[in-house]
Amino acid sequence: MHDSATTAHHAAHDPALLHHFADESQQRNAASLGMWVFLAQEVMFFGGLFCAYLIYRLKYFGDFGAASQSLNITLGATNTIVLICSSLTVVFAVWAAKHGKRSMLLINLVLTLILGCAFLGIKAVEYRDKFVEHHVPGATFDFKCESPGHPGQLVPCHIPGNKDILVNQRHAEMFFSLYFIMTGLHALHMIIGIGLFLWLLIMAWKGRYTPHYNTPVEIGGLYWHFVDLVWIYLFPLLYLIDRHP
Amino acid sequence: MSTATAITPPVEREDYLNKEHGVFSWLLTVDHKRIALLYLASVTFFFFIGGVFALLVRLELLTPAGDLMQADTYNKAFTMHGMVMVFFFLIPVVPAVLGNFLIPIMIGAKDLAFPRINLLSWYLYIAGGCVMIHCMLTGGVDTGWTFYTPFSTAFTNTKIIEAGIAVFLAGFSSILTGLNFIVTTHRMRAPGMTWSRLPLFVWAHYATSIIQILGTPVIAITILLVVAERLFHLGVFDPKLGGDPLLFQHLFWFYSHPAVYIMILPAMGVVSELIACFSRKRIFGYSFVAMSSIGIAVIGFIVWAHHMFVAGISLYAALIFSALSYLVAVPSAIKTFNWTATMYKGSIRYDAPMLYAFGFLGLFIVGGLTGLFLAALGIDVHVTDTYFVVAHFHYIMVGGTLMAYLGGIHFWWPKMTGRLYPEGWARLAALIVFVGFNLTFFPQFILGYVGMPRRYYQYPPEFQVLNILSTAGATILGIGYLLPMIYLTWSMRYGKIAPDNPWQAAGLEWKIQSPPTTFNFVQEPVVTWEAYNYDEIDDVHTHEEAPVAR
Amino acid sequence: MFDNFPLWPEQASTAAANVDALYIFFLVVSVSVTALLYVILIFFAARYRRRPGIKATPNEGSLVLELAWSIAPMFVFVAMFLFGAVVFFQERTPPKDATEVYVVAKQWMWKLEHMEGQREINELHVPVGQNVKLIMTSQDVIHSFYIPAFRLKTDVLPGRYTIMWFRATKPGIYHLFCAEYCGTQHSGMIGSVVVMEPSQYQAWTNGASTGPLSVAGEKLFSELGCGTCHRSDAQGRGPSLQGVYGSQVALEDGRTVLADENYVRESILDPGAKIVRGYKPVMPTFQGLVTDEQMSALLAYVKSLAPAKPGVAVNKASLTPPDRAAGKGGQEQ
Repeated sequence: MHDSATTAHHAAHDPALLHHFADESQQRNAASLGMWVFLAQEVMFFGGLFCAYLIYRLKYFGDFGAASQSLNITLGATNTIVLICSSLTVVFAVWAAKHGKRSMLLINLVLTLILGCAFLGIKAVEYRDKFVEHHVPGATFDFKCESPGHPGQLVPCHIPGNKDILVNQRHAEMFFSLYFIMTGLHALHMIIGIGLFLWLLIMAWKGRYTPHYNTPVEIGGLYWHFVDLVWIYLFPLLYLIDRHP
Repeated sequence: MSTATAITPPVEREDYLNKEHGVFSWLLTVDHKRIALLYLASVTFFFFIGGVFALLVRLELLTPAGDLMQADTYNKAFTMHGMVMVFFFLIPVVPAVLGNFLIPIMIGAKDLAFPRINLLSWYLYIAGGCVMIHCMLTGGVDTGWTFYTPFSTAFTNTKIIEAGIAVFLAGFSSILTGLNFIVTTHRMRAPGMTWSRLPLFVWAHYATSIIQILGTPVIAITILLVVAERLFHLGVFDPKLGGDPLLFQHLFWFYSHPAVYIMILPAMGVVSELIACFSRKRIFGYSFVAMSSIGIAVIGFIVWAHHMFVAGISLYAALIFSALSYLVAVPSAIKTFNWTATMYKGSIRYDAPMLYAFGFLGLFIVGGLTGLFLAALGIDVHVTDTYFVVAHFHYIMVGGTLMAYLGGIHFWWPKMTGRLYPEGWARLAALIVFVGFNLTFFPQFILGYVGMPRRYYQYPPEFQVLNILSTAGATILGIGYLLPMIYLTWSMRYGKIAPDNPWQAAGLEWKIQSPPTTFNFVQEPVVTWEAYNYDEIDDVHTHEEAPVAR
Repeated sequence: MFDNFPLWPEQASTAAANVDALYIFFLVVSVSVTALLYVILIFFAARYRRRPGIKATPNEGSLVLELAWSIAPMFVFVAMFLFGAVVFFQERTPPKDATEVYVVAKQWMWKLEHMEGQREINELHVPVGQNVKLIMTSQDVIHSFYIPAFRLKTDVLPGRYTIMWFRATKPGIYHLFCAEYCGTQHSGMIGSVVVMEPSQYQAWTNGASTGPLSVAGEKLFSELGCGTCHRSDAQGRGPSLQGVYGSQVALEDGRTVLADENYVRESILDPGAKIVRGYKPVMPTFQGLVTDEQMSALLAYVKSLAPAKPGVAVNKASLTPPDRAAGKGGQEQ
């Protein structure tokens, strides 16, 4: 419910208030709830993929473990830190918007964008590596590992913990299918997030956001945090299964 | 308000229809009422297309041999019938047409929470529709609307990817509509409009929106996986590549079962409004009816594998899903009994909307009870994938949703257009629809039990008589649907001018002018009365006949 | 009933009798409820029609009524569920003595192989009064084996086996339909189930041109070189298959699984998926080297291998620990 309405006359003068809302707090609450509902829907969207991944991970336990080990954990961990830092800059940006600190807002929006692009850049490097190694599902897929005795030579892989059992190529390909779809979908959401934050940056530059009206920054921040959270689930599920010291 | 001024207002008032003119005032509108009319035109268009495919199917089935068209053409016909009807008609129709128009007014708001997202919803729907039409014109799809793998991923050359994109877009439209309704109901209610004073129509749409938000994304990702599998030759659902076709079915039905509740819940909301108004009584057991909508939405999410009893799931999974499927029947039963009890000691009039409500009750009872048959494992083994299932879901979706939608369209037609429809023709059409419907679909229960499978283009000769009965019924049904299309369109120009409240109905929408102004209310209403206060309304009007002209 | 206006399918199996009883129970309940509600609705519509001067009587609700009409249906639903579940349970529990028929579905025909060796296309001959178990798989897409007169259907999947069993009770010829949409000729993928008197069935069997399925399987077993490793003593590099079908198999990773049809099939096509305890993963895969029909034959052969005589060790896993350690020689656990 909303506060008791100010007169329509007064409300009409606030350029940020849309005409169908009674007052700013109703508008803000509606926007906020709207973003939460949208994120609930996004959870279900990714949820289907996580479900498929879970099922195949249990079914092809060893093969998934081996395939996971071929991912670059350094790059993945770096990306995780990059995203967590970007969520921090988002928190600062939202705070800055709510407290009218224009330069802090602009700087943090820019930093968020830089970190977001860094994430995508590192992802691109990882994708390129997978392409070069023939780990991309399809006609060119060929899952091989470095021979322990002869570095540089590629041999069939074994499942972790049992050097006698060879990895099944089709099951490894399943891992990579899910890997690319899940990280690809996540990357798409990152790109959308970057677009959103570019828009926020432009609007912030124009001085649109004040302590009185900063809802877009707040809900944009919610979206960014969600995308970050998805990665925080993706990273251990894809990169950290069956890793041994 | 006296009857005299209600018939011919002295001056043409400004309303949402005449406020602005021109194509762009419609295509760029953010007025929920105009968007509702945009949807009305588009869903009617797709209903027509889906109906044409249905007629093709029923024509082929007049004879046991496959002699009207080739097998592949027939397979595309029933697939397109299903896809268009489900995704472009049944799922959007009541929420996007009636819900969009009425919900803001019913709760005392000027518009939905996000009017521009509402317009985006429509454009997404149109985009999906255009892709679907292109898909149809360039060959169509032949997988059935359920596009099971591995047939759809690895064994058909038809336009799966395009159809997938079309459904994805329509689904996104559905999600945004649901999002809008949830936020609107939470945040935009007028002062005094507490949850317990909401019309049951709003409760029904709230429950529907929960399903749209949580369910639709799952089919979106399923479609994405199928498209990815086709494009990149992946094996997520293909056994030859290590995938599991049953995973597809689980993901598909996880949405598609709740989807049927998206189709029926809004219709149930309409029925509540109709029965209350034409019995002049508050719906019996208001809170039970409201809560049962939520109950259906929640339980509806945990019964999906009753579509898979013979698909290869374990005995234990089958037992669990059968039990849960009986649970989901309870709230529907509660509603039916409450509607019936509402009529007890009511004051009932048989205007067309009420005839459609009666038709809904009669057909929903049969459809719902046959759902119990299907939930029984022993029976389902025999009748699943036969015409018994086809009959069951048509009783609910056509006998239920479509009847309720027609009733709602007639009921709110004066409000939406400012015109009265011709009552005589409307009652005739309702009767024709009821008769035609039963003749079309009741024989299909028998066909199913004697063993005729679904999606059959040719069949053993002993099934012919039942098929002929069904096709005859479909022809009558088609006429029944054409009639409203004609006279409702006619009434927009030549119908009698409607008073603001021709039915003396309760609800905020009847307190404003017909048609409403763009911002609905001159002043924000403050609600101090309970919903369905027909008792109070009729105290004032006892001496009057209802002023609807014949 | 009437020849061209059937109202009820023929009843030709034990399951059919159960399903019909279940269905009639449902019909009785549903028709009664429908009639009751229709009568009430029509009565209310007439009795309470609008009359000038008479107002509707407000009636908020009644907790008693709500509870009554929520709980009473629940009892009926429980009965419905239980009755349906019992019938289903019987349908899903094949008797041990059932004779087996292998079914391979493909677009758009049914291929059947009896244990005695007869092959059929789109027709299934069975003796009346005999338990028959179908072991089914598909070569391509999902199909469904449906015999309306028996009230039974089961989906037939690619990549695994599904099972259906029945006992026919009435000689005759009954429809066989494919009941899962599978493409262009889905409605052409039909045939007949021919139920014969035992003597007639015997005569039909004796007319078979090929030998028993298990013999064909044995031939294949040796042609493909399976016997090199899967010897019936404990000396082979692979476990002996004597009596393996239907037994509990201990695996390398600690699990124990039932060796059913799908296990045997998987062991041939994807041997690395489950390694028997005490053995090395050296078996090559036969994916692409064995057709579905050949798989049926191999399966029939493996099933025919009786358990070994007591006292003879057949598997390293069943040897006593010291022998096992000696036999394996340093294999990693």
